[in-house]
Amino acid sequence: MLFGVTGDLARKKLMPAVYDLANRGLLPPGFGLIGFARRDWADQDFAKIVHDAVKERARTPFREEVWRQLLEGIRFVSGTFDNDESFILLKETLDALDDSQGTGGNHAFYLSIPPNAFDQVISMLKKHDLAKRDNPGAWSRVVIEKPFGHDLASAQELERKVSSVFHSQSVFRIDHYLGKETVQNMLALRFANELFEPIWNRNYIDHVQITMAEDIGIGGRAGYYDGVGAARDVIQNHLLQLLALTAMEEPTSFDAEQLRTEKKKVLAAARAPRDIASHTARGQYLGGWAGGRLVRGCLEEDGIDPASQTETYAAIRVDIDNRRWAGVPFYLRSAKRMPRRVTEIALNLRKAPHLPFSYADIEALGSNALVMRIQPDEGITLRFGAKVPATLMEIRDVTMDFAYGTSFAESSPEAYERLILDVLLGDPPLFPQHEEVELSWKILDPILQFWAELDTQPEGYPSGSWGPACGKTMLARDGFVWRRP
Amino acid sequence: MIITVPDTNATGIHMALVKARHNIGVASSMVFTMIVIADLRHFEKAMMACKDAGREHPSRIILVTNGQAKADRVDAEIRLGEEVPGEIISLRFHGDLTEHRASVVLPLLLPDSPVVAWWPGSAPDRPGQDPLGKLAIRRITDAMGSSNPLAAIERRARNYSPGDTDLTWTRLTPWRALLASAVDSYPSPISEVLVEAAPNNAASMLLSAWLQDRLDVPVTRHESRKGVGITHVILRPTTATSASAVRTVGWPPSRRRDYLAARSRFAAGRSTP
Repeated sequence: MLFGVTGDLARKKLMPAVYDLANRGLLPPGFGLIGFARRDWADQDFAKIVHDAVKERARTPFREEVWRQLLEGIRFVSGTFDNDESFILLKETLDALDDSQGTGGNHAFYLSIPPNAFDQVISMLKKHDLAKRDNPGAWSRVVIEKPFGHDLASAQELERKVSSVFHSQSVFRIDHYLGKETVQNMLALRFANELFEPIWNRNYIDHVQITMAEDIGIGGRAGYYDGVGAARDVIQNHLLQLLALTAMEEPTSFDAEQLRTEKKKVLAAARAPRDIASHTARGQYLGGWAGGRLVRGCLEEDGIDPASQTETYAAIRVDIDNRRWAGVPFYLRSAKRMPRRVTEIALNLRKAPHLPFSYADIEALGSNALVMRIQPDEGITLRFGAKVPATLMEIRDVTMDFAYGTSFAESSPEAYERLILDVLLGDPPLFPQHEEVELSWKILDPILQFWAELDTQPEGYPSGSWGPACGKTMLARDGFVWRRP
Repeated sequence: MIITVPDTNATGIHMALVKARHNIGVASSMVFTMIVIADLRHFEKAMMACKDAGREHPSRIILVTNGQAKADRVDAEIRLGEEVPGEIISLRFHGDLTEHRASVVLPLLLPDSPVVAWWPGSAPDRPGQDPLGKLAIRRITDAMGSSNPLAAIERRARNYSPGDTDLTWTRLTPWRALLASAVDSYPSPISEVLVEAAPNNAASMLLSAWLQDRLDVPVTRHESRKGVGITHVILRPTTATSASAVRTVGWPPSRRRDYLAARSRFAAGRSTP
């Protein structure tokens, strides 16, 4: 059951992903899809929307027979979130589909809806007996998207509501980053190799930089973005999850439970910097030329309050108080209107304790670094020094590159395919649970509160640049510079 | 392969690059980015120079020129696996975008590695203040490539900022080595210096300035048409009036690629613009 079928995400990602799964033969033949929205559509109108989305966006070739199979199970219910009759109709449609398709009462509710509609939908599902908390032989699962609240208190409130209808192991919080192949490969890199684990600690790692940069602006998301900002939108979920996967101890197995235990442990040990003013930075993009296009500043975007203090650039330092990471700062930054779209984790190693070379020889030598590129161009880069071919002993940084696209001809599955499949299989390791979400808010809350109390405008930065001056100063205080990703 | 991406932006170019590299199936091991800024009429020459530089170092070379179309747009052409080990991206800017070239070039810089900017022809008065120059940690100019080399080298000197290099200095290396060893082998103090060179030779001016600075004696510069470049340097010692020694400079390689290679090898240090 898909709530919010008219949204961008549903059309661009979810519908194509469903088709791709079907095309790869990964969906059960009796799979049904019910759309719910305030539109005066019949089943075939909705089917047309799905069809167009699939044709335009699916990654696998369009096959008529696969589509026909899918079409069998496509239904549409027209209604609003506050209308009892809509949900009664939904229940009837669901029961009919259970009969005709043989889905046997196994239902997944995908809530691709704004956070303020959440309450209503959840209580309606409960009221009309659509979701059954305890129903032997059949499952009810719910998929929710970020934001998982806007601070710790609201996240707890959300959890309270959702858990009144669904078991906590039936709640799937979608963080599409965790569905990405490269993120999962991080676990392979760390725990399937002998090479990296020995250096994965404070003895060798100097500092860690986790970056998620987008080249786009707020655009059509103004309604959602204003008042939320980069820290809540990205750092709270994606970046802190990446931090957890980078910094956690080895799980005893890859069971969801074991993996979560380790993530929770490390998130509980992580904290905001003591001096928030010095070790965080926020900015807002200004109008100008970015990537060869003239773009508007954040405050000139449609739907943004011209006095908005919402940050489009957020950078924070996170310290992890445990034996492995004590004294190793983790710098997290997320921003819009950066020079290019890139997400990466860079582990910077310490300098060699002694260098038997003259200063001139090693002028061009930086420190070693291991960079995991999450997107685009997924891969891993290792940077180290090598001698420049010449009569002199001159050493310069070189890189060794592993690119997913060239080492594996098979294209990585789209994150949403993987995640939707996991929901249907009830396999939750890639989904953060409420404890993780709450721990993330605990790290972020003091910073958000500090920023709110400042009551000042975030520092402006030119669109298409790597961010405001305060972002650079923040690292310079610790003697570091941001990588150019 | 050569891929043309007309009327695009930084994102479009980047996507074309990633796709092309996947198709060829090679990982990138390029060590720096070189931005080459040239006039449209010198495009072919600049492209040759780019290929030469690319053979020396696997690098990403971004050749920037201005076109004449009215619309604000940039056309890109990507050369990958063509004669050179790295990549050559040639960008042609039109309309108002010619004023905002750095906005397209910045996203194309290779991650966390040095950036060199090179003006083979005429260069801005202050390379260190130029929007493209500011992206680089080393800025290479060539006074001999400008229409008035003497004025150009003087401007370079006045507007120097750390990281600026003019190829004129690199051209002088054999002369400097020769003169330094001459002074070393005749330990008597020098009273006077004479530099003779072809007209409009920036190197002779720079050499004169260097000698004046180091020896603290009057240096006279002559123009003659006896040869190309610097033809003669006379160092007159205070004591020996009769003895004189003649040294000749084996004519240094005149190919600019060698100078450029020498300079870019020097492209040291790291920075995040």
